Amino acid sequence: MMSKILIIAEHDSNTLNPSTAKCVSCAAAIGGDCDVLVLGSGIGDVSRQAAALEGVSIVIETDAAHLAHPLAANLAPEVAAAAGAYSHVLGPSTTFGRDLVPRVAALLGVNQVSDIMAVEGPTTFRRPIYAGNAIVKVDVPAETTVVGTVRAASWKEAATGGSASIESRPASSEAASHSRYVSLEAGDGERPDLQSAKVVVSGGRAFGSAENFEKLYALADKLGAGVGASRAAVDAGYVPNDMQVGQTGKIIAPELYVAFGISGAIQHVTGIKDAGTIVAVNKDADAPIFELADIGLVGDLFTVIDEMMALLD
Amino acid sequence: MKILVGIKRVVDYNVRIRVRPDGRGVETDGVKMSINPFDEIAIEEALRIRESGKADEVIVVSIGGDECQQQLRTALAMGADRAIQVNSSEALQPLSLARALLKVAQSESADLVILGKQAIDDDNSQTGQMMAALWGRPQATFASRVELDGTTARVTREVDAGLETIEVELPAVITVDLRLNQPRFVKLPDIMKAKRKPLDRTELGDLDIGADAPLSVSDFAPPPARGGGIKVDDAAALVAELKQRGLV
Ligand SMILES: Cc1cc2nc3c(=O)[nH]c(=O)nc-3n(C[C@H](O)[C@H](O)[C@H](O)COP(=O)(O)OP(=O)(O)OC[C@H]3O[C@@H](n4cnc5c(N)ncnc54)[C@H](O)[C@@H]3O)c2cc1C
Ligand SMILES: Nc1ncnc2c1ncn2[C@@H]1O[C@H](COP(=O)(O)O)[C@@H](O)[C@H]1O
Repeated sequence: MMSKILIIAEHDSNTLNPSTAKCVSCAAAIGGDCDVLVLGSGIGDVSRQAAALEGVSIVIETDAAHLAHPLAANLAPEVAAAAGAYSHVLGPSTTFGRDLVPRVAALLGVNQVSDIMAVEGPTTFRRPIYAGNAIVKVDVPAETTVVGTVRAASWKEAATGGSASIESRPASSEAASHSRYVSLEAGDGERPDLQSAKVVVSGGRAFGSAENFEKLYALADKLGAGVGASRAAVDAGYVPNDMQVGQTGKIIAPELYVAFGISGAIQHVTGIKDAGTIVAVNKDADAPIFELADIGLVGDLFTVIDEMMALLD
Repeated sequence: MKILVGIKRVVDYNVRIRVRPDGRGVETDGVKMSINPFDEIAIEEALRIRESGKADEVIVVSIGGDECQQQLRTALAMGADRAIQVNSSEALQPLSLARALLKVAQSESADLVILGKQAIDDDNSQTGQMMAALWGRPQATFASRVELDGTTARVTREVDAGLETIEVELPAVITVDLRLNQPRFVKLPDIMKAKRKPLDRTELGDLDIGADAPLSVSDFAPPPARGGGIKVDDAAALVAELKQRGLV
């Protein structure tokens, strides 16, 4: 039987999140037809961006006021209503997908494959467990819909240049009366997004203050890099939560990751294992991060940053 | 008001995980086991809500073999009022877990269910969302702040874009993130006291959750190792190396 795959688009009403194009690549590895479901309000631009992804057949658009914000309680019934015609339903393993997709799986009465990192067949996948310390094979039982989240760091974005048709579909449910969106306090968004940046520089507890992080921002701006942080730096209040990299933060795969003053706890390291090149700067030669680093430098991070700033002029 | 907290017994987060040579799991022999760190935060939040006078009772539940009584006792020592073990020799997948937790929540008439945002062994991050769906009730996942006002919970969620705030009507399921609170330490007298608190044991079969087709999980393997790295002496050598590799 040929697979028919439905991808749940992630977007902010204006722009399609790159995680959607990564789901399309995962769908291509599964093989078969691939449609994209765009749920929201005022989402014409998003649907057009989805239609331009190579490999997408149809974009299904449901535009309704109560879908304006990504409340899982409102989105999940729409996905479940559309899912009947598909063998696979996929979403990204971002916070958007991790919130929504299990709710969909439960409505469909199936178990979910989280964090698909590789496809070995239409119903056979590889995924990480134990913070990436083990990789397992997962087989979805026959006759059940495959519902999964796609681990963004494992997949490249599908190319653009496609021209899928866009069909609209009315909402099947009303707004849930028990859930209300209130607000979003977004990060500053001045620098490249962590999950798509080619270069990420990252800082840990060793920075000691929010002011000292300014030095890292300056280096990032010179490199055109995104800025990440360890949980310790976030907990200490040096940087906002959306910068956290690791098991409970963002899993990223930049071409270059430079960690300054980060010890290399497994929960942090799991977030960067797919980076092309990992550089560690730490004053402790025995820091675990050096076991993983492709290039290590034992030294004081402030001195190293100052010198790099001068050398990169 | 009653709060139900689901806790899972997992390999302690400080343990270095080793895949068994036969590829059928990870080493757990003689390995330190603990309450899933997110679930400890869930317990702490429930206790704080009770201590603020907004709840009367905190019930902890764990689905697993008798060994999970150890973690339930720890939760009682932290301050939970009662514990329930749902005895299951097999490890359940999230859909069955959600069904079983829902049965317990319904028989206890829980107004609020607090779970961890993910179990750090399987890293599924599904159970709370599934439970909310089966219940037809709201979910507030990845919570870093919870404020209760009557039957409304205002929850700040840690999302990729920043901090999102939503409001949900109880009953609801909340899953917690690390920054919600700092769990209290258990003191020795509390451990003694916890021995006298009720710990009930129910058979999973008695909950009548039905069967679902589980995913088959096999071929455990260590992650691909990264190639050996090099050390450089100073920033100049680092920048030269990065330039040579075409990375800056
Ligand atoms: C369930 C769970 C989930 C977690 N999830 C995450 C997660 O997603 N992401 C995450 O990062 N952590 C996570 N953690 C926390 C993790 O275990 C570590 O505590 C954290 O990563 C440590 O951060 P750090 O490396 O900045 O701090 P530390 O471990 O304190 O390391 C600081 C490092 O800086 C070095 N240093 C100090 N001064 C200097 C200097 N002047 N120059 C150079 N080097 C210097 C030190 O040698 C040291 O190696 C999690 C923990 C748990 C229990
Ligand atoms: N065996 C279990 N018993 C009780 N609660 C559980 C169990 N497994 C998972 N949970 C709860 O569900 C949360 C999410 O788990 P998971 O969906 O497996 O990542 C955990 O943090 C627990 O609160």
